[in-house]
Amino acid sequence: MKTLVAGVAVALAAMPALSSAAQPKVSLNDIEGEVMCPICGTLLELADSPQAEREKAFVVGLIAKGRTRAQIKDALVAQYGPEVLALPTASGFDLSAYLVPLIGFALAASALAIGVLRWRQRGGPPGPGLPGPRGPSAEDAERLAADLARYDL
Amino acid sequence: MRTRPLIAFLAVVALVGLLGYGLLSKGSTGVSVGEVAPAGPLPRLFGPGSGSLAEYRGRWVLVNFWASWCIPCRQEAPALESFQRRYASPSFTVLGIDTRDLSGDGQRFVHQYGLSYPQLRDGDGQRAHEFGSTGVPENFLIDPQGKLSLANKGPVTAAYLKHYVAPLLAGGRS
Repeated sequence: MKTLVAGVAVALAAMPALSSAAQPKVSLNDIEGEVMCPICGTLLELADSPQAEREKAFVVGLIAKGRTRAQIKDALVAQYGPEVLALPTASGFDLSAYLVPLIGFALAASALAIGVLRWRQRGGPPGPGLPGPRGPSAEDAERLAADLARYDL
Repeated sequence: MRTRPLIAFLAVVALVGLLGYGLLSKGSTGVSVGEVAPAGPLPRLFGPGSGSLAEYRGRWVLVNFWASWCIPCRQEAPALESFQRRYASPSFTVLGIDTRDLSGDGQRFVHQYGLSYPQLRDGDGQRAHEFGSTGVPENFLIDPQGKLSLANKGPVTAAYLKHYVAPLLAGGRS
């Protein structure tokens, strides 16, 4: 019985350690490259204004409380609104930040495909096989024969 | 092949349209004297729930956009509090709007300067943007009909409040 109780106690003691191990620790460096300093209009990691320092202190405080990356970002959004996130939102005009590259890629791929098709069509229908090496012209053959005749090998 | 120029033209038109939409949707706004001021709800700086300028319809309201990190805001806070203590009535109040600020910092600022007037929060700065504000502090006097009567970019002083705001309150005109 004592062994069982001791085992349960050890397991309970280990649980917080296990749960914290499951959550990768986040650092200020991880966060400040993904959020903005809304007042400065730059990434938080590039800003060193008093406002940015307060925002960094806010993030450090949340890290100290064991908050996850997502929870910290949510807290920043609650404070400053969605524009604090460095990534544009997937709605409204900001959606174009995602759509324009996709549309551009699709257009480029289509243009490439059309170009390749036209290039192949312009080359004419493929022959029965690869053309063999062309022989020398009659003039060259005559000169070759004359040269060879001069050498008695 | 006339389709290629047409496609190129349509692509350019679409791109220009997209840029134009972006500029219009994020362009500058603002309210001019005589126009109705934005009065949508904002979260309260203290406690849950929201408040709005619309709640004060029928009163003169001096809307003060401020932030705890703003040095001039610290300089004008005593003048605003003094003015509020002297003129607060059923027909007038100062309304503070803490903008682009951490709520904890804003709350500390209010305690530090002993501000007694109501406070709202504009975390993303959208309301300040709607007013046409480009920085902090900025002050907007709203008349009882909810229209902008006076705007001041930068900090107000006791002298400004006495000479420009108080006469309007006393006269009751908009």
